[in-house]
Amino acid sequence: MRNVDILIIGGGPAGLAAAVGAYEAGARDILILDREERLGGILKQCIHNGFGLHTFKEELTGPEYAERFIEKVLEYKIPYQCNSMVINVTADKVVTCVSKEFGLENIKANAVILCMGCRERPRGSLATPGERCTGIFTAGTAQKFTNLEGIMPGKEVVILGSGDIGLIMARRMTFLGAKVHACVELMPYSSGLKRNIVQCLDDYGIPLLLSHTVTDIHGKERLEGVTVAEVGPDLKPIEGTEKYFPCDTLLLSVGLIPENELSEMAGVKIAPTTSGAVVDEQLQTSVPGIFSAGNVLHVHDLVDFVSEEAIKAGANAWAYVQGKLPEPGRMVPVNMGFGVGGIVPQYVSDKAEGVINFMFRPRNVYRGARVIVEIDGNPVLNKKTLILAPGEMVNLDIPVEKLVGLDKAEAINVRIEVPEA
Amino acid sequence: MYDVIIIGGGVVGCAIARELTRYKGKILLLEKSNDICNGQSKANTAIIHGGYDCKPNTLKAKFNVLGNAMFDKIHEELDVPIQWNTSLVVSFSMDDHPALVKLLEQGKQNGCRGELRIIDEKELREREPNVGSTACEALLVGSGGIVCPYEMTTAFAENAAMNGAEFLRNAEVEKLVKLENGNWKVISTIGSFETRVVVNAAGIYSDVFNNMVSEHKVHIHARRGEYYILDKKYKDKFHAAMFQLPTKMGKGILVAPTVDGTVLVGPTAEDIDDKEDKRTTAFGLAKSLREATRTWENIPTRAFITTFSGLRATGDTGDFVLGEPDDAPGFFNCCAVESPGLTSSPAIADWMSKEIAAKLNLEKNPDFNPIRKAIPKFREMTEEEREAAIAENPDFARVVCRCETVTEAEIREAIRRPVGALDVDGIKRRTRAGMGRCQAGFCTPRTVEILAEELGISPLEVTKFGGNSKLLDSYLFEEGKDNA
Repeated sequence: MRNVDILIIGGGPAGLAAAVGAYEAGARDILILDREERLGGILKQCIHNGFGLHTFKEELTGPEYAERFIEKVLEYKIPYQCNSMVINVTADKVVTCVSKEFGLENIKANAVILCMGCRERPRGSLATPGERCTGIFTAGTAQKFTNLEGIMPGKEVVILGSGDIGLIMARRMTFLGAKVHACVELMPYSSGLKRNIVQCLDDYGIPLLLSHTVTDIHGKERLEGVTVAEVGPDLKPIEGTEKYFPCDTLLLSVGLIPENELSEMAGVKIAPTTSGAVVDEQLQTSVPGIFSAGNVLHVHDLVDFVSEEAIKAGANAWAYVQGKLPEPGRMVPVNMGFGVGGIVPQYVSDKAEGVINFMFRPRNVYRGARVIVEIDGNPVLNKKTLILAPGEMVNLDIPVEKLVGLDKAEAINVRIEVPEA
Repeated sequence: MYDVIIIGGGVVGCAIARELTRYKGKILLLEKSNDICNGQSKANTAIIHGGYDCKPNTLKAKFNVLGNAMFDKIHEELDVPIQWNTSLVVSFSMDDHPALVKLLEQGKQNGCRGELRIIDEKELREREPNVGSTACEALLVGSGGIVCPYEMTTAFAENAAMNGAEFLRNAEVEKLVKLENGNWKVISTIGSFETRVVVNAAGIYSDVFNNMVSEHKVHIHARRGEYYILDKKYKDKFHAAMFQLPTKMGKGILVAPTVDGTVLVGPTAEDIDDKEDKRTTAFGLAKSLREATRTWENIPTRAFITTFSGLRATGDTGDFVLGEPDDAPGFFNCCAVESPGLTSSPAIADWMSKEIAAKLNLEKNPDFNPIRKAIPKFREMTEEEREAAIAENPDFARVVCRCETVTEAEIREAIRRPVGALDVDGIKRRTRAGMGRCQAGFCTPRTVEILAEELGISPLEVTKFGGNSKLLDSYLFEEGKDNA
């Protein structure tokens, strides 16, 4: 059986950065496995700009951003294998993979980094009533057709959901000559980035219908139109508000789900709040030596943060292989208080070192709110914010010396405090 | 000139085609849509019914019980996945005890095979610990099972084609004319054919053909059923197919595991006027869900991967209408075959093929080969089998559908087989590519590419289910055609 120190599953933004992080920390025996023909993951089809502002202080396209990391992988001569699909991972870190080139292979790794990314929620999961015609695509599938295959899926478009990919595709389809009639969002706020709403909808006069949803889908063969209705505070359609939009294409941007099938095969514990692995501050999962980073861990807003997280996972995996990862010690749970959703990490070791990064998504839109971190009820951080929204993650770097009382703590609590009206 | 023309490529038509190839004769099946298995046969509860709930002395009761006994052989010969997981008819009030007893007696009268008895709450909960809190007893039907209806229909068709039956799709029959010589002229959208016998297996439209040739009029209306499919994560929630005590509209809402490991919830039963109206409705889906919660409290709605609706061909008499009407010799009806049609189909085919063979004096076909192998499923192989499969065909190393682990080799074979897939849904039914939790988000571009390649057409011409159900609109660049 082949042996490697660090095996990385997925060659998208997380996998690439994890490999670079591991190499720069000192690892040399690394292998990246990717199921597609080329490295880069979903960034390959994200040909719009806006990537890397945080990391590189310039606006790159998705392929350009990926290229920055691919160049390093090549420079460092980190081995990678494309067209290789991992079909199993065991708790003792044997990874089974199939490829045309090598057939079926079992590879024993000393550490595994899970970087499989996420997938889009499909129509079926929404249980939107109506006919089962063609012309309904997830935004990412449509993006693959337009940007990688050079094929237009349709010309008259309605978008359901206002996730970032949906917003980006509203603009892209408009550029390509389609008419985007509306972007329909169930919630009273968008789950996308503010800048995407401005640059992709507002700039092109595409209406964003907040608190609306698609209530019926029409068309026996190809889509002919959708019925859109306003929803009440209970998110149920309000009778009498229905409006018909003729269209041949409905793009769905209704959420992303981390792809953790392989993680579960390895026995990695999954957090219901993120649908990703439960990790400690080292990004180590419940299975020793298996780490997780990027959108498979939790769905990020910016790729820059994916890279940062994965670099850290790479370095930690190398430390683990060398037996230098600090002992996990006693795990202190990180609880989510008011307004906090999907926090990572879920646990912090009482012997944690360095700077601890916490990321979460606000559950709603909050203006002038405070983000508060407490240890057993004692505030250790109290930060004022201008505006918090579900579309933008809160990213807190806290030096461990600020977490006073961590060594004896029972719980860390992260919450949002909204100013009194 | 054909001996038999079968109208309709559902499970009944395909099963009859296969049974007829046991005899020497020229058999043609005409299917109006782009693929076989495109009506009731693809959208049903996928249950091998025990036969306890059919009215005694009906054709439904007779063929259900006969058909039920044939599934082991179908599994053996045609490699169709089945599971004898039993059915439970659950009651939620002791007031319903007499109704349950009646059902038991009826099952005995119908000659249901295997175990058939009422189990008390204790045994029910031992068997199904997740059943709803108000469940109080159940009828246990040992001969209840589950089957993959697509694989079953496809297997019948493939085996029929292997043994010489011809299949034409996109061939909608418009008219039947009785010729002077006693034969039938079948006029379809792709041409006319002469045949000695016509089999009417046109599902929801079978009344139309009967009424064209016979004075014994049949009326079929569409009874829509709406369903949910839940993620494989919940495959062990229930072991048996969990029925609720039936009502006069049907067998009621059921929660059942499928042979593919998903969980099926449904169907509603709503009589509708439009035989093409396969919409799902907010009302229907809500009803399915509400009633199912008696069986499965707190159904995880986050685990829905899709919804669908199916139309049952419900006849006025409540029973199947089978055989040759006295005023239309050479015309054989399989009319109003609704539930338990899937279970009954092998028995109907067995009986009807014998009737037809006798009428036409068809000789036995000595070359008939009853064996059909399924497309090898990568997801079900052991590691050694996978290695061997890849060594023989490297396309097995290319996983196209990530959720269901379906490889390029399987997809190509689904297209290349006799009566092979012509569209994306055809691939889905034959391989499960696109049936998993992402519902074809990731695999659609590649499936379209492979279909275009194998069929020698442009990706723009590829459809989901024939007709105008094209997926893509146009190339963005002139040179796109070469680059794609």
